[in-house]
Amino acid sequence: MSDTLRPRDAKDVEAAVQSALAEGKTMEIVGHGSKRAIGRPAQSDLTLDLSTLSGVTLYEPQELVLSAKAGTPLAEIEALLAAKDQQLAFEPMNCAAIFGGAAGPGTIGGALAANVSGPRRIKSGAARDHFLGVCAVSGRGETFKSGGRVVKNVTGYDLCKLMAGSWGTLAVMTELTIKVLPRPETEQTLLIRGLEPGQAITAMTAAMGSSCDVSGAAHLPAEVAVRVPAGEIAGGAITALRLEGFSPSVAERMRMLEALMRPFGELASTDETISRRFWAAIRDVAPFAAEGPAPPALEDERALWRVSTAPSRGAEFAAIIANAAHVHIFYDWAGGLIWLALDPSHDAGAALIRGAVAATGGHATLIRAPPSVRAAIEVFPPQDPSVAALTKRVKDSFDPRGVLNPGRMWAGV
Amino acid sequence: MRLGGKHLDAGGYDLLGVVTGSEGLLGIVTEITVRILKKPDGARTVLIGFASSEDAGECVGKVIGAGIIPAGMEMMDRPAIRAAEEFVHAGYPLDVDALLIVEVDGPRAEVDHLIMRLEVIAHSCRAVTCRASRSEEERLLFWAGRKAAFPAVGRISPDYYCMDGTIPRARLPQVLKRMRELSETYGLAVANVFHAGDGNLHPLILYDANRPGELERTEKFGADILRLCVEVGGVLTGEHGVGVEKRDLMPVMFSEADLNQQQRIKCAFDDKGLLNPGKVFPTLHRCAELGRMHVHAGRVAFPDIPRF
Repeated sequence: MSDTLRPRDAKDVEAAVQSALAEGKTMEIVGHGSKRAIGRPAQSDLTLDLSTLSGVTLYEPQELVLSAKAGTPLAEIEALLAAKDQQLAFEPMNCAAIFGGAAGPGTIGGALAANVSGPRRIKSGAARDHFLGVCAVSGRGETFKSGGRVVKNVTGYDLCKLMAGSWGTLAVMTELTIKVLPRPETEQTLLIRGLEPGQAITAMTAAMGSSCDVSGAAHLPAEVAVRVPAGEIAGGAITALRLEGFSPSVAERMRMLEALMRPFGELASTDETISRRFWAAIRDVAPFAAEGPAPPALEDERALWRVSTAPSRGAEFAAIIANAAHVHIFYDWAGGLIWLALDPSHDAGAALIRGAVAATGGHATLIRAPPSVRAAIEVFPPQDPSVAALTKRVKDSFDPRGVLNPGRMWAGV
Repeated sequence: MRLGGKHLDAGGYDLLGVVTGSEGLLGIVTEITVRILKKPDGARTVLIGFASSEDAGECVGKVIGAGIIPAGMEMMDRPAIRAAEEFVHAGYPLDVDALLIVEVDGPRAEVDHLIMRLEVIAHSCRAVTCRASRSEEERLLFWAGRKAAFPAVGRISPDYYCMDGTIPRARLPQVLKRMRELSETYGLAVANVFHAGDGNLHPLILYDANRPGELERTEKFGADILRLCVEVGGVLTGEHGVGVEKRDLMPVMFSEADLNQQQRIKCAFDDKGLLNPGKVFPTLHRCAELGRMHVHAGRVAFPDIPRF
């Protein structure tokens, strides 16, 4: 069991990293630990627990901006925003479902460090696109900041982009500033029933290319649709398209979308409550929840992969891996994000999946698997030599001694 | 090397994200892949005049507070309005201190609904004039004045110097007031166009390069405006970049540690400093020097931090 340090403020974080450097020790950076099981398992000498570094430091609804210390619970931020009819437009995933832990939705620092973005990513952008400013301590033990609190800013390099999706391997973020947006007045979802994946991709592509301003596009084959804890929508394969906005606008766009989708299959539309529940389930990958609320038959201990590809290639990817053992998949981001659960034994399907990705373009990350599997295979996408070398140089520029989350993404990084 | 692709997110570090906006210092881009979107079905624009920039600023805040994110929201001050109107005859009111041009786009029902709501908000903020476009011709005419603002200012002054700071929107009245004071101090007129939706300010300083010393005075005035932007919580440049012009102002916004970390990224991409040397960074350090680690051993281990 490694020692855990609980810094009280950003100064403590700087002192902790400097001391780790002086003693030649490594550190695991943790918020609530909701995504702790993602990445290569690594033994660190120390744990830096940022959960005590908590609190919203600035929220100006009319400026659409919020700053918070890294360990601030996402739930606290989302409640604060909801009270002003605002939201995090990137719809951060709650990993509690897939890991079955009691960790909850985690912290704002963790959400940005992992760049987790939900179904609305196709309309509003990823977490990184809402990341305006950061204060952090590098692996050199130096406090630095980047960005600011305004949306439009090209002053210097955008280091926030590097922080997003770096999984704590570059610097310890202590305070983050993010853009927030109005919460849509209402939402509705159009369901198309009974489509094969290829047809579904065609339908979703048509919807995304229309003026309907679709903010969620997912396809669930029949065997996955039954696992969605929004029972009202069950019955065969479903393709779901979400519209959000002001009521008169949603109503008009729903008419346009229905006209566009009618040739594809049987249509049904859901009300706001069911729509919200459905998209929360897609966001949290609830069909592959580790321990769904009920019935117990939904418990899932399979390996879980997250595949990112060009939306138009989604069905082609699925066809390649269709014969793997116990495989289930569903599509978000109009086909560009594929969640895939399969047998965790051996290499958890890595060779097959990475082969498929090589054919269709994109990348695959192993999100859930036993530690032994994550130790044996690459968890994050293997990189070509030139990108791997640049990645290593970027890591060294922030953390040359490999103090912070060493090896979590790749060996040596 | 190829970064990113047709998929939506990075599989590792977002190297594409840091290359974007790096002003040619990190690499030479030879090909790009971008996402394209369908053009909105329609758009309407409303012109709103206010007796003061405070009222206009309040209106901008209320629009966003109402959950409306317009496709465009531009503000012009009295000198900019006058110059544009005399040049283009867009029908701008000349008896107002601030003019807002707000555009909403999307399907017809949404556009008409939002125009109605914008009009209500404008009147609640004491708008002096409020006109919504009724045709595509009229919409384009409303924009013609704003789009010609720079050349319009060019007509009334031998030279002008365009600045590009960003500020938190709510600080606009304060920034405009300070700018008027600076304008008197320097004896140089200034006209303002402002991307009000995102706080990006474009003050145009009017000067005559043929008058000895005026260019230097103009540059000092411009630098003071950018310092003011940073002072109120904003940044040196919203969209035009740092380049050489704002390079020496970088320490106003960033500490030495901030700038060193940025330059280490430069070293990770271009350790010989071949690309755009002399831009963005006021002080150049050699990569070997920046890469050096200074570990201060001998101090008390983890002084004072609660441990468990």
